[in-house]
Amino acid sequence: MRDVAVVGFAQRQMKEFDGSPTCVELLVPIFAELFEQTGWTKSDIGFWCSGSSDYLAGRSFSFVSAVDAIGALPPVMESHVEMDAAWALYEAWVKIQTGLVDTALVYGFGKSSAGQLRRIMSLQMDPYTVTPLWADAVSVAAMQARSGLESGAWDQDQMAAVVARSMSDAADNQHAIRSRTTSVEDVLDQPIYADPLRRWDCAPVSDGAAAIVISAADAPGFDRLPGQAAWITGFEHRIEPGALNTRDLTVSESTKAAGVAAGVDGVDLAELHAPFSHQELILGSALGLGDDVRINPSGGALTANPMFTAGLNRIGEAARQVWSGSSQRALAHATSGPALQQNLVLTMEGRA
Amino acid sequence: MTDVGTLHAPMKVEFDYTRSLGPTLSEFMTGLKRRQILGGTLSDGTVAVPPPEYDPHTYDPVTGLVPVSDEGVVQTWAWVPEPVPGQPLDRPFAFAQVVLDGADRPLLHAVAVDSADQIETGMRVRARWADETLGAITDIRWFEPLDDSPAMTPDAESGEPVTGIISPVHLAYDFAASPEESAFFRGLAEGRILGQRCPVCEKVYVPPRGACPVDGVPTTTVVEVPDTGIVTTFCIVNVPFLGQKITPPYVSAYMLLDGADIAFLHLLLGVDPADVRMGMRVKAVWKPRDEWGTTIENISHFEPTGEPDADFETYKVHL
Repeated sequence: MRDVAVVGFAQRQMKEFDGSPTCVELLVPIFAELFEQTGWTKSDIGFWCSGSSDYLAGRSFSFVSAVDAIGALPPVMESHVEMDAAWALYEAWVKIQTGLVDTALVYGFGKSSAGQLRRIMSLQMDPYTVTPLWADAVSVAAMQARSGLESGAWDQDQMAAVVARSMSDAADNQHAIRSRTTSVEDVLDQPIYADPLRRWDCAPVSDGAAAIVISAADAPGFDRLPGQAAWITGFEHRIEPGALNTRDLTVSESTKAAGVAAGVDGVDLAELHAPFSHQELILGSALGLGDDVRINPSGGALTANPMFTAGLNRIGEAARQVWSGSSQRALAHATSGPALQQNLVLTMEGRA
Repeated sequence: MTDVGTLHAPMKVEFDYTRSLGPTLSEFMTGLKRRQILGGTLSDGTVAVPPPEYDPHTYDPVTGLVPVSDEGVVQTWAWVPEPVPGQPLDRPFAFAQVVLDGADRPLLHAVAVDSADQIETGMRVRARWADETLGAITDIRWFEPLDDSPAMTPDAESGEPVTGIISPVHLAYDFAASPEESAFFRGLAEGRILGQRCPVCEKVYVPPRGACPVDGVPTTTVVEVPDTGIVTTFCIVNVPFLGQKITPPYVSAYMLLDGADIAFLHLLLGVDPADVRMGMRVKAVWKPRDEWGTTIENISHFEPTGEPDADFETYKVHL
């Protein structure tokens, strides 16, 4: 395997982005920030890969329009996934492993506020037997939450503790949309919204874009980098059946399998992509994270959840902790699909 | 320009997916049309409704569906305080996973109750069938609490097996133009054509874009261009299509306005299509001012000015 490191990360997220759904206006400054971080130019990037969805943009081929932000003359090598950009990063990492390229810039973008997000998300359900009912994302997650509450897998206090810790930690995150220093009691005092969920149990609808640069250790431009590098030690993803009635929704077998394959031993920090509070509890137990593992110092997806970006942000946030020396070995997780259907685990470490 | 915000407009995207059904779902949907719910027996012996097309463990096709009851038990549920368009009820209701009698794995569907305190896990519910069934999951309108009243199942339908479904998708967006496009459209509302110049390659884009697609930098400098220019390339439309506003044959052409580096598509009228040439000089024909809005349609079309054609050498890099 080639040694590959995360060497750049930039993000923008907000409640409502006043701009086009292709988010070109967000991507241009993000790319500029990455070139500043790395000291590289466009010509140092061997491969470009993005994650986004036309259902969010409300227009066809929005990812092609977003290529404007790259400046694709002379033509560049480019690809796209209709998933969180964490999976675009996986594609880029595999491409580097093949030896075809040495470096990649991976980006995700989405303007959720242009439509009705929880309704649009019902288009990811089974198109024959579920989507015609417009089973929305909040309702599906709420049924999952109740399954665990009533089976005793978790309780309301644990969910509230996830919310309180996330929102309080996000107070220091300039990119967070929902943040405040709060307590379990404050959270439990919030009214129930989609019974059994409170609004704070659900990630806020968020717009945004983000990008990450990865490089092989032997890339020609690697020595010109200023030094920040989080070395990828494991990168795996797994998927479960689409039909909800073939899964036990209170556990995540795919996360567990991805974690085992990636290797989670020794991680001291985890950025988990849990758009609903109870999902963080599912992920924590699937990965077997102990109490000594710091979870979501950024505040996580409960404090900002830009679609197609929030998973990539977990990787970027974890990489930042490795760069700063706050973490020796960090885990980042991304999810996609209804009720944690697909899960990706990446581990990184700092090296002297 | 951004301090006044971007231009927004409501936009609806609507399409009906016509989906053919494989043998498993065809049998399931045919059952629904006959007001009968069918489940699939999986390799672990459980009965799943709806039946998956393939067994999740053996990957074998799931065949030989078995009838189950249209009554069952709520396994888990979620309150839907603010229903969205298309859901089974337009007033607050519950989504639930319902394990039907005779099945082991739950069906996701709606339960019609007036408030969250009228539903609980373990509650027995019964399907409310549509008056007219089509062979779709929505043939069950919703489930409702089982009381002592007799089942109101209408007579079973018969008819041909169901081999496909039509899934209508209606999506509503608040569509925003980029800041650059917004400035362009606001300019058109004043009868002006505004482009932007790339600070690196100095090309002038009309309409302006968020970034120069060559250099990937914001196109910042606003440049006003006249409503005159040339035809770079064109096609003669001979084929009628749905929604066509002009009787064929007519000409769609790329117009390169004087001072711009990128041509854009518009109509060329007022000339016999046989006489249209590359390099032909043209001028915009504007609609009456009281019909103007923030739209490219303020320009009705272009027509020839009669000036001498541009030399190919002057526009060959703009093709």
